[in-house]
Amino acid sequence: MSVAAIETGESPGRRALRRFAQHKLAMFGLVIVVIFVLAAALAPWIAPFDPLETNWSRLRQPPSWTHPFGTDENGRDVLSRVLHGARASMMAGVIAVGGAVLIGVPIGLLAGLGGKWMDVVISRVADAMLSIPFLILAIALAAFLGPALENAMLAIAISASPIFVRLARGMALDARNTDWVEAARAMGNPPWRIGLLHVLPNILPPLLVQATLAIAEAIIAEASLSFLGLGQQPPNPSWGSMLNSAQRFIDSAPWLAIFPGLAIFLVVLAFNLVGDGLRDALDPRSQKR
Amino acid sequence: MIRRTLLAACAALGLSAGIAQAQAPTQNLRIGLREDPDILDPTLARTFVGRIVFASLCDKLFDINDKLEIVPQLATGYTWEDPRTLLIRLREGVRFHDGDIMDAEAVRYSLNRHLTMQGSFRRSEINTIEAMEVVSPLQIRIRLTGPSAPFLSQLTDRAGMIISPRAAEAAGRNFGNHPVCAGPFRFVERVAQDRIVVERFPEYWNAGAVHLNRITYLPIPDSTVRLANLQSGALEMVQTIDPDDVPAVRRNSRLRVSVSDELGYQGITINTGNGARAQTPMGQNPRVREAFELAIDRDAVNRVVYEGMFVPTAQPVPPANPMHIRDFRPEPRNVERARALLREAGVTTPVRVEMTVPNNPDLRQVGEVIQAMVREAGFELRLNATEFATSLQAAARGDFETYLVAWSGRVDIDGNFWAFTHSRGAQNDGRYANPEVDRLLDAARIEPNAEARRALYAQAYQIAIRQDRHRIYLWHRKNIVAHTARLSGFVNVADGLIRPQGIRLQ
Amino acid sequence: MWLWLLRRLGQVIPTLLILSVLVFALQQLMPGDPALILAGEERGDPQVLAQIRAELMLDRPLHEQYLHWLWRVLHGDFGFSWRIRMPVGQLILEKLPVTFQLAAMSFVIGVAIGVPAGVMSAVWRDKPSDWAINGIALFGISMPNFWLGIMMILLFSVQLGWLPPSGYVPLWEDPVMSLQTTIMPAFVLGTGVASVLMRHTRAAMLGALSQDYVRTARAKGLSEKFVVGKHALRNALIPVVTLGTIEFGRLLAGAVLTEQIFSIPGFGKLVVDAVFNRDYPVVQGVVMATALIFVTLSLIADMLYMAINPRLRTA
Repeated sequence: MSVAAIETGESPGRRALRRFAQHKLAMFGLVIVVIFVLAAALAPWIAPFDPLETNWSRLRQPPSWTHPFGTDENGRDVLSRVLHGARASMMAGVIAVGGAVLIGVPIGLLAGLGGKWMDVVISRVADAMLSIPFLILAIALAAFLGPALENAMLAIAISASPIFVRLARGMALDARNTDWVEAARAMGNPPWRIGLLHVLPNILPPLLVQATLAIAEAIIAEASLSFLGLGQQPPNPSWGSMLNSAQRFIDSAPWLAIFPGLAIFLVVLAFNLVGDGLRDALDPRSQKR
Repeated sequence: MIRRTLLAACAALGLSAGIAQAQAPTQNLRIGLREDPDILDPTLARTFVGRIVFASLCDKLFDINDKLEIVPQLATGYTWEDPRTLLIRLREGVRFHDGDIMDAEAVRYSLNRHLTMQGSFRRSEINTIEAMEVVSPLQIRIRLTGPSAPFLSQLTDRAGMIISPRAAEAAGRNFGNHPVCAGPFRFVERVAQDRIVVERFPEYWNAGAVHLNRITYLPIPDSTVRLANLQSGALEMVQTIDPDDVPAVRRNSRLRVSVSDELGYQGITINTGNGARAQTPMGQNPRVREAFELAIDRDAVNRVVYEGMFVPTAQPVPPANPMHIRDFRPEPRNVERARALLREAGVTTPVRVEMTVPNNPDLRQVGEVIQAMVREAGFELRLNATEFATSLQAAARGDFETYLVAWSGRVDIDGNFWAFTHSRGAQNDGRYANPEVDRLLDAARIEPNAEARRALYAQAYQIAIRQDRHRIYLWHRKNIVAHTARLSGFVNVADGLIRPQGIRLQ
Repeated sequence: MWLWLLRRLGQVIPTLLILSVLVFALQQLMPGDPALILAGEERGDPQVLAQIRAELMLDRPLHEQYLHWLWRVLHGDFGFSWRIRMPVGQLILEKLPVTFQLAAMSFVIGVAIGVPAGVMSAVWRDKPSDWAINGIALFGISMPNFWLGIMMILLFSVQLGWLPPSGYVPLWEDPVMSLQTTIMPAFVLGTGVASVLMRHTRAAMLGALSQDYVRTARAKGLSEKFVVGKHALRNALIPVVTLGTIEFGRLLAGAVLTEQIFSIPGFGKLVVDAVFNRDYPVVQGVVMATALIFVTLSLIADMLYMAINPRLRTA
């Protein structure tokens, strides 16, 4: 319990929530995120057309009432493809980063709370993985495993996990020195129990911030891989691969490039805003903006 | 203040662009190619773009002109002493790039290399050669196993390219890293997937026809980028542009476009017998293959991807070829029949098929369109985008299920068919083998009567294409060469090659 | 200082070793038989296949293969490209300078835009210009750089015809053309760098400006410019320098997409081409090389940090 909470009688969680809600830009970002998540989840029902349905008589039509985003080079409805493309991006973002957290946090806790050797080994492995820029690692995995959305997500998860390893390790090391934990260890509690009960609750705020920002990066990463042809494979839509196909028609059908690009931009912006907002709200030391 | 500085900076860049171009040496030609050639060794090469580079590096015994007639190049003439014996007279004073003189012994060496070198792709083109005899320094006699209609035309392409024996012996299999031939230009450098540079060879036998100093070939698989480079002046010529870019180029007064019908075709090769990957429903069951073909609407693909400019087909030679069989047309799309065939074949749907597609935007789109079409019939098509030369190597060793590949074509039908369909054909990647078809192809090769020959090919088509469905022929393309208006003297021959002789830049 | 360096190296070397194991392990995922692929046209000859297998030690146990591979890597032999028949190390060395030029230009652009923007934003906190600059920075981070690249080609090459849409001319061949071919991709990459630098510079400046010694300086009556210029700026630049070095390393990876769009024959294009060429040795070599560069840059960043921040010198 922090001093501030005792003073105002409000729990840290509630206070953070309140500060976040007051942060206008962050709320704006949250709204956009929710819209995109809903769009991705409900795509099969709200998309006006089948995203894979080709129509040879309606090639590269500009936006109209039937096709608000126009049609692509194979006669498919761009709006439906953008909506379904959101699934690939959201999956890459949420699932891959979720995976990274699930892998990274326990390992980091182990490094922080376990023996010295474990810490050294884990830290070196994390360093090794961090020394390969994410996109290069993802491309290498795509080369060896074959281009597919699942492999792209795996690559993203693997590349993002060291960050969470470091985070969890740092928190675990901090917690280790507190009275609580020393007492618990003296009483003979096993490390995993200490980790679960004492460290985990404290790690949630920075974890949330880091995860949100990681999702933004993951979405750009999936789009980049699909743009290169190494992520989502045709005919399944992805904003990145739609941008790739759009290059050929940039002067005759610019809407093919504008809408997917805009979608990527908006959703990444939104996650960044939410992440920034969370950081400001959860950091007890930051001044009010 | 910032804005003014920015504007000034942009203006300076724009100005320097103009200055830089004015200073560029005017007789240097930069040609954009569709892909990076494979090895620059006439014996081992398979890519069409490689032939474009060879057009400036390596002269051949004979060439073809824009009327598709055989004309002399390194040879000055020929005589058929009898139906199986050919006497070729060679040009005097021809030098290789290393200074050696070309003589009949060099010709014998080169032809022998094409026939015997491990991995030669020329073997099936000239394997009717039984013996060669050097009659005199400028005369060589070639005896064939039997009369052969197409033999001479094979000497108008890579099989007729003569290389320097001294350089070939010294380099062995690495000859392709620094080819030494007798063409108008000699090799300078090559950076893989970046550029190939050749410079004028002063001792070329026809030096008077050469007005260029240097040619740089730049592989740019992306058609938009290739065209953008031409429009901005970074290239003077592109080997090919997409049909839907033709109107834009025609409207541009600084560019010219030249269209001709090609000699070859675009098709899908199916792995029916090359290694483990032939063991698929598609590879083993002709009904499955027939279903696949019946699900494809060639006209629609042609319209969607190529603005209807190409010519759908079911046979390996275009309508202009004398051996083209008018009545052998592509079947119209029939999804019902396709589904019925799959049921008859007893395979579980969806049938999974993988198609290797060269990494060009238009071919990727063709793949996607076919993917959508065959889906309705019960196929789940997975596209495997691969760099072109790599895909050729993979196909040769059987590492494919189906392969969307084209052939640039030869004047004689044998050059479009034998090597791909005969069981001993060097380019028969699917390892299709039918003894009856072999017999027909061998017979057609030596048949002098055109009617009889056509009848033999008609029979072969019925078995190989309709019954066995060993491959699917899709359409005949157009050679669409675009270049700057400053370029003159380019002759568009139906083989799609860019011959540097006569080309001038203002 | 030297003791510190030695200790750091003691950390780095195990990291690199682990990395080498990971990269070697990648190879095991490869589909297909390398011997068949390398044999090329001679694949029908069992003798040739056996010979290749012996050379590559494909029949030996894994740990032996790994040690042999490591030995070769330590001598600079990263294997042979399957597509081009050239040593991978040589290929990489050929392409690196191109990407370095691009990265350097991007870095300069990024610093030139990002640092002043960050300083201004911190100094004019909460005024409209701060919001505007922050907004632009956020835009810069969120903008997918391949989109930006495509749009720039559309504008500057296709519509205006000022700049070539693709290709690359080396600096020593023709400086003017070189600048023309690299300015757009450098700008695309530079905006990303600028945005990150801007945010960190701002945070660092804010932190520095609120420190006690700055308030003391102000109380003493020193002019605002002096305060900002001398004290705050110097301390604010510390994280920028170290972050900048890391960013430079990230530019190597960021170049992958930009080089693809602008057809620049650099390091990034090498690795993407290698994927479509199924050229596994090149992919492996690129991963190792990138990691080495990154680790080196981190080391340099740490050294710079120590050099600039006197308080850490005794660590």
